[in-house]
Amino acid sequence: MITLNVNGETHELDVDPTTPLLWVIREQVGLIGTKFGCGISQCGACTVHANGVPIRSCVTPVQAVTGQEITTIEGIGSDEPGLHAVQQAWIDEQVPQCGYCQSGQIMAAVALLNNNPAPSDADIDAAMSGIICRCGTYSRIRRGIKRAAAASSGAEETVSG
Amino acid sequence: MGKWSRRAFITTGVLAGGAVVIGVAIRPGNRADKVAGLIANDAETVFNVWVKISPENTITAVIPHAEMGQGVHTTLAMMLADEMDADWQLVEMMEAPAHKEYANYALAKGYTLGDPDFPAFLIGTVDGIFLTASKAMNLQITGGSTSVPTTGQLGMRVAGAAVKAVLLQAAADTWDVPVDELIARKSHIIHKASDQSAPYSDFAQQAATLSQPAKPRLKTTDEYTIMGTDVQRFDVPAKVDGSAQFGIDAVLPGMKYATVKAAPVFGAKVKSIDAASIQDMPGIRKVVNLGDAVAVVADGYWQAKQALDRLPVEFEEAGNEAVEQSDIFKQFTRDMDTALANGDEIVDKQTGDADAAMSAASSVVEAEYRVPYLAHAPMEPMNCTAWAHDDVCELWTGTQNPLGFAAEAAEAIDMDADKVILHNQYLGGGFGRRAFSDYAVQAARIAVEVAYPVKLIWSREEDMRHDHYRQASISRFRAALDSAGKPTAWVNQYVEKHDPIEAPHIPYGIDNQFIHYTDSETHVPWGFWRSVDHSLHAFFTESFIDEVAIAANADPYQYRHDLLAHAPRFQKVLDLVAEKANWGAPMPENRGRGIAIHKSFGTIVAQVVEVDVTAGKVRPHRAVCVVDAGFAMHPDGIKAQMESGIVYGLTAALYSDISIRRGAVAQSNFHDYQMLRMHESPIIETYIINSGEKIGGAGEPGTPAIAPALVNAIFNATGKRIRELPVKLHDLSRENLEDKDVA
Repeated sequence: MITLNVNGETHELDVDPTTPLLWVIREQVGLIGTKFGCGISQCGACTVHANGVPIRSCVTPVQAVTGQEITTIEGIGSDEPGLHAVQQAWIDEQVPQCGYCQSGQIMAAVALLNNNPAPSDADIDAAMSGIICRCGTYSRIRRGIKRAAAASSGAEETVSG
Repeated sequence: MGKWSRRAFITTGVLAGGAVVIGVAIRPGNRADKVAGLIANDAETVFNVWVKISPENTITAVIPHAEMGQGVHTTLAMMLADEMDADWQLVEMMEAPAHKEYANYALAKGYTLGDPDFPAFLIGTVDGIFLTASKAMNLQITGGSTSVPTTGQLGMRVAGAAVKAVLLQAAADTWDVPVDELIARKSHIIHKASDQSAPYSDFAQQAATLSQPAKPRLKTTDEYTIMGTDVQRFDVPAKVDGSAQFGIDAVLPGMKYATVKAAPVFGAKVKSIDAASIQDMPGIRKVVNLGDAVAVVADGYWQAKQALDRLPVEFEEAGNEAVEQSDIFKQFTRDMDTALANGDEIVDKQTGDADAAMSAASSVVEAEYRVPYLAHAPMEPMNCTAWAHDDVCELWTGTQNPLGFAAEAAEAIDMDADKVILHNQYLGGGFGRRAFSDYAVQAARIAVEVAYPVKLIWSREEDMRHDHYRQASISRFRAALDSAGKPTAWVNQYVEKHDPIEAPHIPYGIDNQFIHYTDSETHVPWGFWRSVDHSLHAFFTESFIDEVAIAANADPYQYRHDLLAHAPRFQKVLDLVAEKANWGAPMPENRGRGIAIHKSFGTIVAQVVEVDVTAGKVRPHRAVCVVDAGFAMHPDGIKAQMESGIVYGLTAALYSDISIRRGAVAQSNFHDYQMLRMHESPIIETYIINSGEKIGGAGEPGTPAIAPALVNAIFNATGKRIRELPVKLHDLSRENLEDKDVA
């Protein structure tokens, strides 16, 4: 049995420990927001966080992350009003088209902003170039990250002020 | 083909007679009854196949098209809601069930009546299945950038206006006042003289019994309140919290997983499978021989994939095992030469006397271009969940052609078409790929072999190697110039014509033209690829006109402008893109600008690319785009489609190359079929012109002009003319340029 913590819940799972985390999340844990795109860590559609670090779940054996806190797209929203600042920015900028890559894009953007609340264009390029969007929403993703950064800094100022 | 009920037969009769122009879908009682059970509960009133109203005064637009990111679910609802004078806050949408009552009626009608605007791409799709008029009703296709121009303009708007008309009449009857004293506004009917106001829902049931006008008056542009505005798309919230249901996300009780490996060489068959060798691997349920492919079914996808990778499979040789990409281009060249020598070219377009103009020319410009095969590579690999139970087979998948898929799956498993029930899901990218049913047919065939639901998922490698590819092609040009540098003749020969037929035609005022082609079949399966033939011909024609301009010592923008004197709509688009891109302003070293213009799917798009070529590395850093789609129903949506079309087209122009090696596709995944990424993506500026001309499409027209704008910019920056895509094949380092080209 494998013990896996996903979005704050612990799951005891009877799976081959070499199975990629992606398929365990989708098929055993039952969270389908994390997507399969390439299977070889080239497209980033499967990006989740392990202890806050963005990883490619399609090439990460589940045994490598037991004991770590896994966060998926379903786990990043706050309780109230329900959406993470990045998700709200994605709606405001109308980022998604087909939407299939966007879980991965959002997970990468959230990790970026957690480490770097005011990223430059070069920082955004470095953090986001691993996630392919075939619909070409890159310019909106860039705007969305900047909008989320601005919203978060505004919120912090309000709190501290 | 299924049997027609009397009501459906009436529909067909009207269609064939053509007496009712577009009204059949909104005529009283004809189709609403049949679909009511599928889309409404008892308290709701179905007016027609496109709209229903709830007791809470919510209007639901029923959209007969698939959402693949192009925003169609929202834009079509806007068109209906605006004509209804609905309160947008009270408007919802649902995708129509895959049911023949939702066939693209306007498309089918156009097909039957020989409408010249009937999109040629559909003729290929209906090939062999839906060739008669009645069978053409069996379309529910999303493609060809047709949803807004056809379903929207001819369906949703008419339905909305007709429903508003009967709501007004029902209110007039109820209040006993003249109908022309009533105003419809924000989902309410208002009678000012008696100071009465009531929601639409108060009159819905009565209105549904009234005869709806077949040709209601539609709004003029100045009356629009929703069309032309930037409402938020319906599908976005579910696409940011992970809850959007794509085909791959279907989950059924007791479901197992399958994956397939098809014969690497197209057309080959399975010779032998050593199924016993993987039988003891964990979770393995079944091995299915599909004839040209083998499937493994297991408890999980990973188990199925691991087992399939180890499964010994032999394929029969089909005769194409030695074909290399270079052989295909040689074949094209040979067939083109032969056609010329024998004088049996197929005429595409002929005006004036190109031969005479060529003989009288002051100078002649010649060039030959080529493009490779292209894969679609949508982010969601092909997949379909199938469940054969009782006497039906249910399918969950994302498709651009739900009725076609159901029909083809039914045929493959020898079941009546109406016993195959397809539940369409969000498409994780379509681009034309999800108009081909191969993956759904496979899933249905596996499902009938087992007693549980099966989710079939293709690996990315399978997706890349078993696509339906944009054709490779060669195109040759000759242009005659007079002593002033003006073109007097345009001669063009190319191979492999598909759709749309006008893709190779140029907008320029050149009196003598001879455009012709040669068929040269290969064993590589063909498919619609975003903008279809426009994707290659815009590269050919807009690169060559650039070469002609350079040969005439003219500015490429000004030269095009002068040749469009007869076409002011084109000229305006071209002039605006030049203005917005600061055409003619000095550029830093290593940078260049290129321009291109092309009309496709009724929409004119002009683009300017600014490119930096440093140390051989090509970096398009800015793209300026002007689009005239007649009227932008959803301006932000059009901008999004231009951004998308540009990135899709730039990806192909810079990197994409599907090549055949030993009869099979050599590429397999994103490491060798490279995608444009965030750090390589240009800043994109889009400007919209609402010319008031006939409404055009948006999903595809952003793609064609970007490749020629890019190579024209590379020429401007380096002096090197790229005549074969992708750009990555060419060494653009300074040493190479100085040695071979510039000097």
